[in-house]
Amino acid sequence: MGLEGLARRFTEVLGDERVITDPVRLRTYECDGLTYHRAMPGVVVLPDTAEQIAAIVRECVTAGVPYVARGSGTGLSGGALPRTDGVLIVTSRMRRILEIDPANQRAVVEPGVINLELTKAARPHGYYFAPDPSSQQICSIGGNVAENSGGAHCLKYGFTAHHVLACEIVTPDGEITTIGRDTGGYDLLGAFVGSEGTLGITTKITVRLTRLPQTVQTLLAAFDSIEAGGTAVSAIIGAGVVPAAIEMMDALSIEAAEAAVACGYPPGAGAVLIVELDGPAAEVEHQFAEVERLCRRAGAFEIRIATDDAERNLIWKGRKSAFAAVGRISPAYLVQDGVIPRTALPRVLARIDELSRESGVRVANVFHAGDGNLHPLVLFDDSEPGAGQRAEELSGRILDLCIEHGGSITGEHGVGVDKSRHMPRMFTETDLDTMQMVRCAFDPAGLCNPGKVFPTPRLCGEVPGVRKEPHPLVQQGKAELF
Amino acid sequence: MSDVLSALGEVCADVREGLPEEGVLGVLPAMVAAPRTVAEAAEVMRVAAERDLAVVPRGNETRLDWGRPPARCDLLVDTTGLDRVIEHAAGDLVVKVEAGLTVDRLAEVLAAHGQRLALDVPLPGSTVGGTLAAAAGGPSRLLYGSARDLLIGVTMVRADGRIAKAGGKVVKNVAGYDLGKLLTGSFGTLGLIVEAAFRLHPLPEARAYVTAGFGGVREAYQAVQQVLHSHHVPSAIEVDTVIGGPVTVGVLVEGVQQGVGARAAAVAELLGPAADVADAPPDWWGAYPGGSTLVEVTAPPTALPRIVAELAEGGCAGAVLRGSAGVGGWHVGLEAGEPPAVAGPLARLRRVLAPLPGGAVVRYAPEAVREEIDLWGPVPALPLMRRVKDQFDPGHRLSPGRFAGGI
Ligand SMILES: Cc1cc2nc3c(=O)[nH]c(=O)nc-3n(C[C@H](O)[C@H](O)[C@H](O)COP(=O)(O)OP(=O)(O)OC[C@H]3O[C@@H](n4cnc5c(N)ncnc54)[C@H](O)[C@@H]3O)c2cc1C
Repeated sequence: MGLEGLARRFTEVLGDERVITDPVRLRTYECDGLTYHRAMPGVVVLPDTAEQIAAIVRECVTAGVPYVARGSGTGLSGGALPRTDGVLIVTSRMRRILEIDPANQRAVVEPGVINLELTKAARPHGYYFAPDPSSQQICSIGGNVAENSGGAHCLKYGFTAHHVLACEIVTPDGEITTIGRDTGGYDLLGAFVGSEGTLGITTKITVRLTRLPQTVQTLLAAFDSIEAGGTAVSAIIGAGVVPAAIEMMDALSIEAAEAAVACGYPPGAGAVLIVELDGPAAEVEHQFAEVERLCRRAGAFEIRIATDDAERNLIWKGRKSAFAAVGRISPAYLVQDGVIPRTALPRVLARIDELSRESGVRVANVFHAGDGNLHPLVLFDDSEPGAGQRAEELSGRILDLCIEHGGSITGEHGVGVDKSRHMPRMFTETDLDTMQMVRCAFDPAGLCNPGKVFPTPRLCGEVPGVRKEPHPLVQQGKAELF
Repeated sequence: MSDVLSALGEVCADVREGLPEEGVLGVLPAMVAAPRTVAEAAEVMRVAAERDLAVVPRGNETRLDWGRPPARCDLLVDTTGLDRVIEHAAGDLVVKVEAGLTVDRLAEVLAAHGQRLALDVPLPGSTVGGTLAAAAGGPSRLLYGSARDLLIGVTMVRADGRIAKAGGKVVKNVAGYDLGKLLTGSFGTLGLIVEAAFRLHPLPEARAYVTAGFGGVREAYQAVQQVLHSHHVPSAIEVDTVIGGPVTVGVLVEGVQQGVGARAAAVAELLGPAADVADAPPDWWGAYPGGSTLVEVTAPPTALPRIVAELAEGGCAGAVLRGSAGVGGWHVGLEAGEPPAVAGPLARLRRVLAPLPGGAVVRYAPEAVREEIDLWGPVPALPLMRRVKDQFDPGHRLSPGRFAGGI
């Protein structure tokens, strides 16, 4: 059956309204947050239930047609890039918060629920959903699960993986099943979270809710240089403080944020550091004083302490707008996402600076300093021939640096289509083969979001070392022992 | 056999025949190999694959009596020779070690730098690899998560003898599938864990244990809920009780000296006038209850009173229940020697917990009990698990039959 036939079948299951084949409407879905990869989806479906998704997946499997799940489409690695020859399954109609259970500190949500909406619903009970990607006003929890998303506060609270207790999934066979932690069997949930939509589609998610902290304290410290800021970060972590967040911006990104939102950061700063502590008042007060002292000792020439939420928001405003703000100082830019051991920050930043000067490509640095997650913004003028290429090259060099320093090619945005070609620089063929054994177990037909994460698919039929004859115990009739 | 032994001897210095006392739940290994490097371990596994040997990994034997006996056991791979600290990047709060290192030894190394792996091991002497393979954890998982949450990178030797890794040595990393989590709790059925990298935490400046006794589970449960929903951020909330008797609630508070005093006092207030604050843990803290049968019970925290009631009604008066009331994970130690005395309460528990959701897994039991009962109960997504097993170990040679669903 071709796509047209499939679309007709989908209409039978879902009704006209939920099946999109009109090219104008399909265009809405041609890319995610990584806009330079585009493909028109063959068909888009907007299911309401897990059963519908299971039926859609079964139809795709029967027809041998690939399919891709999509939440809010904010992903930055092209994970939700559709297939022209395939089906895009969008969860945006599955937005019910099914249960808020403060007594057990958990909630059950449908995959399309917007991250921040869950926090809003939990807050009256004194709780929130800890993973807080900057996109939390629009990204879906299903997308968070698929990407194992982090946020500014994951230094202390961990990533999505740490906050998901169970997922109902539609397997690539079209079966509905539940995978969870501590079930006595394999931790399939652990493998599923962060698998970028390649192991199935999650249709219901049980998450952990976190108690709202008693106190939050935030400061902004301005330094002459990135090095001085880096020294402060090391001193804070070295003192045994685990801040809720510790974020750094360099001069260029401060300039951009200033131009965009007039955040009023101290003029002349070569770097600013935002440090936030939260928790029991008795704990935070003591540690906050220490953080302030360590910042001064590292050379902070100005420290601002937020005395209320309005002031805190002002401090965060510059940081939160940083990505979009570089649009003010550059016609185009690439957002990179790489990780290095935190102690390598000064060396790596100095090297990025050198590379930038050598190539004449400007780089604005914004990063989660506490866990060494860099987000260099590589600026270029897309009207200038070859500029995009040069930016791409520099961006790739930065990933090389991350790998050289024992880091990772992605800390939170995922591999998707964008970085699959970099995977062999971080992992051996055997590493990738082993990961794909999981993929073969879940999706032997390779129809579930194919072409993402791995540079080359593994043929699931060709299991190396597979036994050619029946096992002796099988022959003896004891196979059920296994 | 001597032919196989010499083939193994060519790739690994420490190879010998198995001794009678080295049986895994009664199944005697024909041979034992103790590689001292990852490369040696890989070679051993390659030879095992060539010779079609069933392989059971062994650390310090703290949990080798868990689960079911292997269907076959030709070769025990002893990991205790793999005991190096590969890298401790103190400034990055990261450590990478070989799997045969004991968690206790690791703790000593880290403590010298004012750091720790925030993972409690209920059984002293456990190796890192064994702890991961059994997904063991203790009280502090309330705040820090369990082994799978602290693991940031893993190296395994596959069934075919090839070395594969996943994750890395940075805390934040989403490149590729998280095989570390998949291996955690796999009880040696998917591969041999040879190296592990963890995120670390600073050792707290101060600790306080606040304990209080309650007449029954209802009152104890209320106290647990009070602390759980408080602002005091406990690292652990534990309960300890003899079914039918009083219940002790224990709360661990960690942090800076000034903060811990105030927080412990506040927690003590929530626990009532009988609460006691101490620097050292109560003697039951973080240990498995005694008894010949150990049952691991998992359910949302609110299930606690129900679990205790079911055990009481199921004839388990006198059994000890202990565990993480804030997380929803407990252990029950039963003295029962007869299968029905375990099967009865187990069935009751599974029935009431299933919809919550929750379950009860028997970790160890006397042979008569083990042979009669289903140790795991219903495990969701078992067909998918079998397919994972088939991919990782197509010949079903790794700890065959030891795991859920006969895997
Ligand atoms: C301005 C901006 C800021 C951002 N900040 C952060 C940040 O701070 N931290 C961070 O980690 N990320 C950040 N991101 C990236 C992105 O928001 C996250 O990856 C987010 O989790 C994606 O959610 P989504 O609903 O948009 O998913 P989509 O983009 O729609 O999909 C992402 C992936 O998830 C899969 N998927 C979606 N739904 C399901 C499902 N139900 N089951 C299985 N797979 C599914 C898709 O196939 C795809 O592979 C940012 C993005 C933007 C645009």
